Amino acid sequence: MKYRFEDVDEVREGLRKVDYLADEGTAAVLYLADRLQKPLLVEGPAGTGKTQLAKSVAETLGVRLIRLQCYEGLDEAKALYEWNYKKQLLKIQSDSSNGQGWEGLSEDIFSAEFLLTRPLVEAISAPDPVVLLIDEVDRVEVETEALLLEILSDYQVSIPELGTIEAKQVPLVFLTSNNTRELSEALKRRCLYLHVDYPDLEREKEIVLAKVPQITENLADQVARVVRSIRQIELKKLPSVSETIDWAQTLVLLGTQQIEEQTTIDTLNILLKYQSDIRKASKEFATLSP
Amino acid sequence: MSAGDALLELLNGFVAQLRIAGLPVSLTENLDALVAVKHIDISDREVFKNALAATLVKQHNHRQAFDTTFEIYFSLRGPQYALDSSDAPELADNSDPHITQDGLANLSPEELAEELFAALLKGDAEMLNSVAASAVRRFAQMEPGRPVGGTYYLYRTLRNLDLDGVLERLLQHAQQDGEVSEFEQRLLRDEYQSRLKQLQQAIEAEIRRRLVADRGTEAMAKTLRKPLPEDVDFMHATPEEMANLRKAIYPLTRKLAARLQRKRRHGRQGPLDFRRTVRASLSYGGVLAEPKYRHPKPHKPEIMVIADISGSVAAFARFTLHLVYAISGQFTKVRSFVFIDGIDEVTSYFEGEQDINQAVHRVNTEADVVWVDGHSDYGHAFEVFWEKYGHDIGPRTSVMILGDARNNYHASRSWILKEMQSKARHVFWLNPEPKSYWDSGDSILGEYAEYCDGAFEARNLRQLEAFVEILA
Repeated sequence: MKYRFEDVDEVREGLRKVDYLADEGTAAVLYLADRLQKPLLVEGPAGTGKTQLAKSVAETLGVRLIRLQCYEGLDEAKALYEWNYKKQLLKIQSDSSNGQGWEGLSEDIFSAEFLLTRPLVEAISAPDPVVLLIDEVDRVEVETEALLLEILSDYQVSIPELGTIEAKQVPLVFLTSNNTRELSEALKRRCLYLHVDYPDLEREKEIVLAKVPQITENLADQVARVVRSIRQIELKKLPSVSETIDWAQTLVLLGTQQIEEQTTIDTLNILLKYQSDIRKASKEFATLSP
Repeated sequence: MSAGDALLELLNGFVAQLRIAGLPVSLTENLDALVAVKHIDISDREVFKNALAATLVKQHNHRQAFDTTFEIYFSLRGPQYALDSSDAPELADNSDPHITQDGLANLSPEELAEELFAALLKGDAEMLNSVAASAVRRFAQMEPGRPVGGTYYLYRTLRNLDLDGVLERLLQHAQQDGEVSEFEQRLLRDEYQSRLKQLQQAIEAEIRRRLVADRGTEAMAKTLRKPLPEDVDFMHATPEEMANLRKAIYPLTRKLAARLQRKRRHGRQGPLDFRRTVRASLSYGGVLAEPKYRHPKPHKPEIMVIADISGSVAAFARFTLHLVYAISGQFTKVRSFVFIDGIDEVTSYFEGEQDINQAVHRVNTEADVVWVDGHSDYGHAFEVFWEKYGHDIGPRTSVMILGDARNNYHASRSWILKEMQSKARHVFWLNPEPKSYWDSGDSILGEYAEYCDGAFEARNLRQLEAFVEILA
């Protein structure tokens, strides 16, 4: 088995090249996921780059990303596979005129040719190495989680009519969760766990610098510091990294050189999405002026 | 014993400690950890720690417990973390002048303060660590063999460093280079405060290391073990734990709301819908092949919360009110009343207020709940409630009473609860005291509980969460 990464530093460097700035923990856990061939469960607040992590890894490795967006009501037919019954019907019709018997037919129509692969089966039956992203896994019902278990632990899918499809290559699997509910023990046990939190000051500044090309170092530094101060207020929804980037972009477009109190208050609606949060934060900053 | 065996034993010991701390570590996870450490450079402490965390801890709010256990268990392993031999006697006698572990040790307190100031100004992590180490050596005056957790040593060290003064000095220093706007000052303050926090953590770590060296891993693990967030007792939570609980409540309510909604949607099927079944049978040539059911009408209860907010149980009441309002979308209506010996309705504080914290704060400061002397009087509070609001209780109302039922030997007037129970859908009692304390001293819960559909112990988040599922 060939590993994807030589060591932890290679992971970090690789991600840096595609503008994803991973911290020490993320890089180490990612490296382990590759070595142990285990899926990686990524949890954390919204907008901290969980989905982006999977995308960036795929980009670094130069492989295809197969994505399964989870939602309530997701079922086997959408996640694993489905029989292409229209095609089966056509086959039956065309064969009946040839006078072929039932025996041959039933074997015929349940073959790989009539199988529509959905993301999970597609990921393991792909001949080339892929990254599989199972996004927002906390949105499916607890019972549906069970669909994932076989593929996550053994990298195979059993299809009653066809037998077991085993992975030609072990894909790198990411699961993301916004933690709206507790995932089942069985699922967690099969995964490595990574919690992605808001970045620290230095890293956030670097992210802003990387993502907003026209920004000056000075402004990026200020952006990161203001955002950190805002995150210390008790709010309903803290500003995410993507909102920080949006805000930095806005400031650049407005031609801001130096962030002042008034600029911050005027543009708070980009960072915060709840009216009560905006009110609270502006109050916090407005009290400073005499 | 080979190196591999030693490592195996070490990790097994660590996992055992984690389990004692309450973390659910399964056998598979334990094996994963063993495989994981083969792939990494275990001399790199951070990588080692991350590898263990990724394989052993699958829930973010358990991470803190993991960190503490890790720091204690591995505190003296690894070259740069060992206390060097010259340190050992110095523990006993910290006035020893020949401490030469590093250059900082020979400094006078004034020089040390200068060093600290410079380190904070630069935000140099290395420098902060060495300042922390020498500050502990100089100020903590640790006594070997005492079975303590180190809080007092921490306090002694911090008092000598006068961090508030240092913060002021840092801010003044910033102003020397020219006028700094208020806004900029605020940012600077946050910056320095985070550095100070870093320093404090370094000091805590240093004290912990020394304590472990003195008393051994297991004894320390026992002293420093803290309950997991969901097991923190409301009535005895430290301010820090309380803050953590407040942070935990928002994700919890989101989780509860999602779960309740799901429960509603996928609830039992309703009764058979005969009309639609017959209609559907037409496509099968009149055979009743596909039974159709009515959609069940989800039961959305009306909630009345009656909360004792006297000193002993105030934190618990605040918490529960917060929780109930955060999921109020799941109920048709929520009304809340608070009492000590008088009772007051506080529903209006929560209406139109997006920030529940703010509303809870108003409950504590503005509600008119004192009638005579400000000692809990359940009987009187219930009586007034029954008189003023009793007629609003209907067959769809669930009444939740929060309190420890410590009535200060006043009359219980439990007949009110009996009346309430006959009118309301449910009457529940939540008590933040452990069950073994019920009915001891002036607690008369037993008398009230007779007329409740359930009396529950609600000492921590876990129990409260379980109750909410019963309620909705």
